[in-house]
Amino acid sequence: MMQSAADMPVWAAIAVAFFLLVGSGLALIGAIGFLRLPTFYERIHAPTLGTSWGIGGIMLASMIFFTVSSGRLVFHEILIGIFVTVTTPITFMLLARAALHRDRAEGNGNVPDKPNRSQPAREFLGESDPRRG
Amino acid sequence: MSAIILFSAVSLAQLMLAAAMAIASVRMFRGPRAQDRIIGLDTLYINAMLLLVTFGIGTGRVIYFEAALVMGMLGFVATVALAKFLMRGEVIE
Repeated sequence: MMQSAADMPVWAAIAVAFFLLVGSGLALIGAIGFLRLPTFYERIHAPTLGTSWGIGGIMLASMIFFTVSSGRLVFHEILIGIFVTVTTPITFMLLARAALHRDRAEGNGNVPDKPNRSQPAREFLGESDPRRG
Repeated sequence: MSAIILFSAVSLAQLMLAAAMAIASVRMFRGPRAQDRIIGLDTLYINAMLLLVTFGIGTGRVIYFEAALVMGMLGFVATVALAKFLMRGEVIE
C-alpha cells in the first residue's frame, strides 16, 4: 500500500533527491547550451544532455521513489527511458541531414560538399544517381 | 525529515525544468531557421515530459507516468514528421 512521503527512510529520500537534481540540472544545462551555442551543428549536441542522463536521472529517482513507497518493485519508468534513448538519435540524425541538405541547396555556411562516391558505393548506401537528381 | 528533503528537491527540480522549458521556447520563437525551431520544440516536449514525471514523484500518483509516456511517443512522431517535411519539401521544389 502507498505510504506517505514522511514515512520514507531518509536514505531513500536522499537518493531520490540526488537523482532528481542531477537529472533536472542536466536538462537545464542542455537547454542553456542550446540557447547559447553559435551554429546549428553545435547547437544540436546540447539537448542530448537532457535526453540521456536527464531522462536517466529522473527515471531512476521515480523508480526508487515508487519502489520504496509502495513496497514492491516498480520499474515501468524504464519504458520511457528506453524509448527516448532509442528515438532521440533518430530524430537528431534526420534533422541534421535535413539541415545539411538545406545548407547545401542554398550554398550558405561552410558545410562539406556532397561526397563523390562510386556507383557501387551509392548503390550500397541507397543514394540516388546524381546525374538523375 | 525525509518529507522536507523530498519536497525541497522536487520543488527545485520543477523550477529548473520550467526554466529549461522557458529557454527552449525562447529558441523556438527566436530560432534563425526552421531546424532550430524544430529542435526547440523537441527540447520543449522532453522537458515537459520530465516535469510531468517530477510532478508524479511530488504527488505520489502513478497516473502522471502514463501521460508522460503518451507525450514522449507523440512528440517523437511529430519531430520525425517535421524533419521529413524539411527534407522532402525542398527536394520537391
